[in-house]
Amino acid sequence: MSTSPLDPRQQATVDVVQVAVQSRGYWATVLGRILYDKVTMICGLILLLIILSTVFADWITFTDPYKANMLKRLKPIGTPGYPLGGDEMGRDMLTRLLYGGRLSLFMGIAPVVLALGIGGLLGLTAGFLGGRINMLIMRIMDVFYAFPSVLLAVAISGALGAGIFNAIVSLTLVFIPPITRVTESVTTQIRNLDYIEAARASGAGTFAIIRVHVLSNVLGPVFIYATSLISVCIILASGLSFLGLGTEPPEPEWGLMLNTLRQSIYVNPEVATLPGLMIFITSLTFNLLSDGLRSAMDIRYVRGTS
Amino acid sequence: MLTYLIRRILYVIPICLGVTVLVFGLVHLAPGDPLSAVVPPDAPEEMVQELRVAYGFDKPLPIQYATWLGRVLTGDLGVSVARGREVTSELALAVPNTLILAVGGTLLGFTLGAFFGGVAGYFQGRWIDKLATGIAITGVSVPHYWLGLVLVIIFSVEMNVLPAIGMGPNGSSTWVWDTEHMKHLVLPIITLSVIPMGIITRTVRATVAEILNQEFVQALHAKGLLNHQVLMHVVTNAAPTTLAVMGIQLGYLLGGSILVETVFQWPGTGSLLNSAIFERDIPLLQGTILVLAMFFVFLNLLVDLVQSAIDPRMVR
Repeated sequence: MSTSPLDPRQQATVDVVQVAVQSRGYWATVLGRILYDKVTMICGLILLLIILSTVFADWITFTDPYKANMLKRLKPIGTPGYPLGGDEMGRDMLTRLLYGGRLSLFMGIAPVVLALGIGGLLGLTAGFLGGRINMLIMRIMDVFYAFPSVLLAVAISGALGAGIFNAIVSLTLVFIPPITRVTESVTTQIRNLDYIEAARASGAGTFAIIRVHVLSNVLGPVFIYATSLISVCIILASGLSFLGLGTEPPEPEWGLMLNTLRQSIYVNPEVATLPGLMIFITSLTFNLLSDGLRSAMDIRYVRGTS
Repeated sequence: MLTYLIRRILYVIPICLGVTVLVFGLVHLAPGDPLSAVVPPDAPEEMVQELRVAYGFDKPLPIQYATWLGRVLTGDLGVSVARGREVTSELALAVPNTLILAVGGTLLGFTLGAFFGGVAGYFQGRWIDKLATGIAITGVSVPHYWLGLVLVIIFSVEMNVLPAIGMGPNGSSTWVWDTEHMKHLVLPIITLSVIPMGIITRTVRATVAEILNQEFVQALHAKGLLNHQVLMHVVTNAAPTTLAVMGIQLGYLLGGSILVETVFQWPGTGSLLNSAIFERDIPLLQGTILVLAMFFVFLNLLVDLVQSAIDPRMVR
């Protein structure tokens, strides 16, 4: 398409064509794109499989994840009854990996959801109100930005002590500043657009403007950003457990399992790598899924001229 | 330009103050006062009270903060409870060791990332782009502490060609430029380089793709420049963004090396943090976090200043 301005009559025909193309609506278009995106679909399926098999671990495993058996210590992969071998206490690896996924996934997702709620609210407030309140909120966030994320997570959980709850608190605090910053910048951009002015001129109240006009436009980008954080959060949460700051033994959790099996790399290296492999696969699928979602929801391509 | 520089430099002061508040506050996040972790539970009450007065924990928090800040400003970070040595001298030993790892990891990550990203951006949409993008996303998704373990299994356990742990022979904790120490460096640096590699690949790919779509590139071709001459223009235009990302990544590796240092038992700041946490060594914990955060703040400042010097568009 040429860049020169079209005359009004041509403009009208172009509009009609665009309406015809877009009549499916935004969300239908997004869904249609995702269904056509092989990588995203495969990742979604793998992730669904991981989530379902960890959630329903009670039904698909037959052994107790806590029951030790000294005779089966560090059995190799493929031992009868121990399809993925035994860990350093002779517990079935497959069972523990499935049960362990519950905590790893929970600790990877919960902090991001919490941070999305708190940081989203802070960013929305700062972006919409602007002025002094914006200054105050964003400068406090800048202080948190002075810490690399791993350092901040380790510092807060180190100070609070080990435990699942403390790890979730520290990871939530790690993710609030970036989510606040993204929400704030998107909100500020939208707040200054003409149509907000128009809505106000036609009598819309502040909350109606936020709810209808701001939120519906902010939610998309912020949501996509948050999904990309889940993969980071899974790695960080398992990292905290790996350091001994998250979950405590004998609870099955991938990071902690990686830590306790670390002593066994000379005896049975294959089994020792399994929990880390699970963290890797989960984080990779979350990352690819988030990328797929990003390109499916990108409005710029909806009106693509190609 | 000058006002931007001054504003940017002055802005470091409130940030640093905020950081000290946060680091000081961290210790008081834990339930009970900092002594309860060090003093055995059956210690006589008078002794605990005496210690509390001696350490100043009986005073209100703002006053404690002010005295602590006063000492920090004069370069006194206190004495490590567990090791009985000055925190500053512990840090003086550990920081260079971490710096070697972080700089090495960043340089390797930068070299690989710039190469992959450049190739991917240049051949957008082809299989080679997909390969490079795949490597990048693997780099940012892999739990690097696990990758370190896998590398140890491959190169130390199975092949027995590289040392698994430590910084040098016989538990050496001071860096020497000899082959033995270099051998110990290989695996940790590869492990640390994957995240910057992934992030820099993505940045460079996006930047190069964006530059190639600009009209001036067509103009350069139209002017009759050869491909490699146009490439030079692309490189100079992509440099500011890429260098900025690299600088931030260096900061992340410096502050976040604790996981890798734990895997390889590297005697750096990460190991210091680790032992400070588990021995509840409050002065060491505070001091290490403070110094690492300060490094990050000043690295960010440096990145901004360098970027505004080479890319005038940054100054608004």
